[in-house]
Amino acid sequence: MTDTGHASTVGEATAPNAPPMVRIRDVHKRFGALEVLKGIDLDVRQGEVVCIIGASGSGKTTLLRCINFLEPYDSGRIYVDGELVGYHERGGRLVPAREKEIARVRAETAMVFQQFNLFPHMTALNNVAFGPIKVRGVAKDAARERARELLARVGLSDKADAYPAQLSGGQQQRVAIARALAMEPKVMLFDEVTSALDPELVGEVLAVMEDLAASHGVTMIVVTHEMMFAREAADRVVFMDGGVIVEAGPPDEVLGAPRSDRLRAFLRRFTTSRGS
Amino acid sequence: MFGLNWDLIWRNREEFLWGLVLGLQMALIGLAIGCVIGLLVAFARTSRHRWLSAPAAAYVEFVRNLPLLLILFFLYFGVPMWANSALPRDVADLLILDGENTVIAGLAIYGGAYLAEIFRAGILSVGRAFVEAGRSLGLSGVQIARYVTLPIMFRTVLPSLGNTFISLFKDTSLAMAIAVPELTFVTRKFVTDTFQFIQAWTVAAVLYIVTAYAIAAVLRFLERRIRWAV
Repeated sequence: MTDTGHASTVGEATAPNAPPMVRIRDVHKRFGALEVLKGIDLDVRQGEVVCIIGASGSGKTTLLRCINFLEPYDSGRIYVDGELVGYHERGGRLVPAREKEIARVRAETAMVFQQFNLFPHMTALNNVAFGPIKVRGVAKDAARERARELLARVGLSDKADAYPAQLSGGQQQRVAIARALAMEPKVMLFDEVTSALDPELVGEVLAVMEDLAASHGVTMIVVTHEMMFAREAADRVVFMDGGVIVEAGPPDEVLGAPRSDRLRAFLRRFTTSRGS
Repeated sequence: MFGLNWDLIWRNREEFLWGLVLGLQMALIGLAIGCVIGLLVAFARTSRHRWLSAPAAAYVEFVRNLPLLLILFFLYFGVPMWANSALPRDVADLLILDGENTVIAGLAIYGGAYLAEIFRAGILSVGRAFVEAGRSLGLSGVQIARYVTLPIMFRTVLPSLGNTFISLFKDTSLAMAIAVPELTFVTRKFVTDTFQFIQAWTVAAVLYIVTAYAIAAVLRFLERRIRWAV
């Protein structure tokens, strides 16, 4: 999988032989009277980096949260590595899965949150080692050693024993990325991970993510407002508006030559407000 | 001092001290059990399942609105009468407690209700963010409660725990009503025998104050030792 699929269109993966790592089919989700997702179809291949862009309220974060079932979807199907997320299918109907089964799928889809959500009572090292120890049953010493490697990878070797409150936002977010990586997930989900950061701290987090994206070992779905990141790191950019996918394709096409008015309007707003 | 004679008290100092020790002992054991009850009830009360949350809420509302003295009387006088008439001998024997164990049980039941409310507020204050982080790692609900909610909650409630501990420690003085020889009982007996009101109650007050202050100091020390913040 060296070429990164520049010919893909909405909802289709390009490698015809390999089944997609994430398969989303006609997913709907409503909060009360408000339908947030109105039929989403999307395939993400193993190792692919997909950036989801769109205005707030477009449903992009909800879609991300549905993939690891922090938010249950109402209808449609989401498969991660062939396994239906959150439900069983019985005679064409969705039956809620047991807590244990949901937890197992969640462990394969690590989430990095906007507000970091590090465990405040654990050091950086323990935050990273905790999941593998408790969920994967990795021996403590091995998990800690691996955690040290991962902290080194995100440039935080010297902060292993610091508590989250003693770290800057950018450092906390890098620990959170290491924590997600430690689970060796099949998919990593990034939910506006730089939005809560001071502008001068955004770069260090994006650098770590670009490094990850370039390695192509990890399948990444990134909800972001960072257009530069989407342009440079993404294999595919997906534009969502009003609960549907409006455009999807290689970053050059989607960001460089938008076809729909909605995307053009969105990108224009962006250029004027953010200057990127 | 104050033109009063303190000799008599000094000669009986051991009785006073043992009274204090007995009160502390009952408070510690009662509170330890109360904490366990409080934690279980708090988690039950915050549960999504009504068959767990409803009885937990009922327990808190029922016990919290009763005076501790009434609970002690009920346990000490009421339960034995009922048990002796309604239950087989060996079961009844288990429920009939001596004075000290009655106080421990009373404090556990009563303190449990108060602590449950403190713990519940603490659990609710633990942000969804941390719970979601745990979920996204694939932790089970029990693992999240044990490794995420509990420690963060404990940090938050530590200051209010101090108040409750001190308050419940002082409540051991009610044990005199069922003739348990703790500090207040010892003091009153001494007063009845000697008429040295001022000396005896002054000494009792000083002992209560010093001990309560020490409990607060221990908890403050614990608070300071925690290096992390939420």
